[in-house]
Amino acid sequence: METEVKTDTFVDEICAIPGGEGIRVCIQCGTCTASCPNADLMDHTPSELIAMTRAGMKNEVLSSNAMWYCLSCYMCTVRCPRGIKQTDLMHALEYLSVRSGLVHAKTLTPTMYRLFNHYCSMGNLSELWFMTRFYLQTNPFRAWRMIPVALNMLRRGRLSIKTRKLTPGGSCQLQAILDKAESLGGAK
Amino acid sequence: MRYYTYFPGCSCSSEGGAKAYNWSTQAVSKVLDFELVELEDWNCCGSTPSGSVDELGAFCLAARDLALAEKSGFDMVTPCSACYVIFNRTSSYLKQYPKLKAKVDEALAAGDLKYHGTVKARHMLDILTTDIGYDAIKSKVKKNLSGLKVAPYYGCQVVRPGFGFDHPENPQSLDKLITSLGGEPTPFPLKTRCCGGSLIISEEALALELTHKLLDSASSNGAQCLVTVCPLCQTNLDAYQSRVNRKFKTNYKLPVLFFTQLMGIAFGIDGKTLGLNTNIVSPNEVLDRIYNPMSYVTTH
Repeated sequence: METEVKTDTFVDEICAIPGGEGIRVCIQCGTCTASCPNADLMDHTPSELIAMTRAGMKNEVLSSNAMWYCLSCYMCTVRCPRGIKQTDLMHALEYLSVRSGLVHAKTLTPTMYRLFNHYCSMGNLSELWFMTRFYLQTNPFRAWRMIPVALNMLRRGRLSIKTRKLTPGGSCQLQAILDKAESLGGAK
Repeated sequence: MRYYTYFPGCSCSSEGGAKAYNWSTQAVSKVLDFELVELEDWNCCGSTPSGSVDELGAFCLAARDLALAEKSGFDMVTPCSACYVIFNRTSSYLKQYPKLKAKVDEALAAGDLKYHGTVKARHMLDILTTDIGYDAIKSKVKKNLSGLKVAPYYGCQVVRPGFGFDHPENPQSLDKLITSLGGEPTPFPLKTRCCGGSLIISEEALALELTHKLLDSASSNGAQCLVTVCPLCQTNLDAYQSRVNRKFKTNYKLPVLFFTQLMGIAFGIDGKTLGLNTNIVSPNEVLDRIYNPMSYVTTH
């Protein structure tokens, strides 16, 4: 493994994010890793990610595939003997990874999350358009394979072409709030 | 009469994939005599993915709904486990992190809103088992579910990270609810294990494996159906069951009902009102076991 020059700024950066401050108290017991349904798929386990973060290995942490396998099942969070919000830490790492342009190349989850957020920000997630766009954008062949599942759902009235819309007033209000949030630059 | 602010969330809205969860919830609320007042002009809570893309924006999405809900003064109830976590997490973070709160306040002010932090966000399972109670539920049963073996699937976010009403790893509320309907909750060791969540879209193989484990655990414990408390869990287990069968060469035909659908069946509400026609794996055998139990006694 290539080692990097240790910088304190990365630890500080994580600690400044709400929920991230817990990394300072981790005792490396590995409970989070043992509780994670996907730890075996990760190039670095959840507890390793904390150790590497504390060692200032910013690039390696943010280009890891680990956080993108987080299911947000919160098993690590409820079991951590130090009360670290490990799931929230994973989300923070995802966010920083996207911001720094270090996203792990092989995972499609960041693309999925970005599209998801695009629809949420308009006020409502349209499942049909979100999924269609995701499959077409990432792998049209998979879209083809998903047709039987989609047809079943359409037949049972579970995929609507119509999208729920906020009132014009509500839409403007939401946009104004999100625009302001963007100008404030992050949750730190 | 009890009143709640009702937040259906995108999946359970009338354009969402889990509209049957909404319909059955409404139907059950009428029988149990409590009023669900839908939050006007609500927006998507952002769910888990938004926070990974735009952290502050995600808090603001949820905060707008909380601010709107605060005006009524009622508890806000949602049938969706993801919405439930997002609202509670947002509330607790706004209390815990003053700097974050200042930014969210400033953003909300741009929309002429203010959130004072008083809304209690609750899950429908909590309302039904805590506020309404098992006895009241039992008293409304018209069609006893006697003999029906039901796997109680909680999933993750209704009990974790844990906002109060049941145990994070070995919850009992849904088990007891099934018992109060006359049904038999099966042992289900994986009842709070993850179904794969939204990764079913981007990492299908790993999610199908998790879903497969759940179906295997439920069926090997003798379950005749599963009940869920989350729209996404239901979709993964129901709509992707055929994908699981294909991938693992299995032949599961386990109906996956929203717990409010099962309640509605026991209350004698018709299938159409409960949206039973929207379930992908047909629940007809479940209905058959309830309405013609004798045919199962003699033939099985």
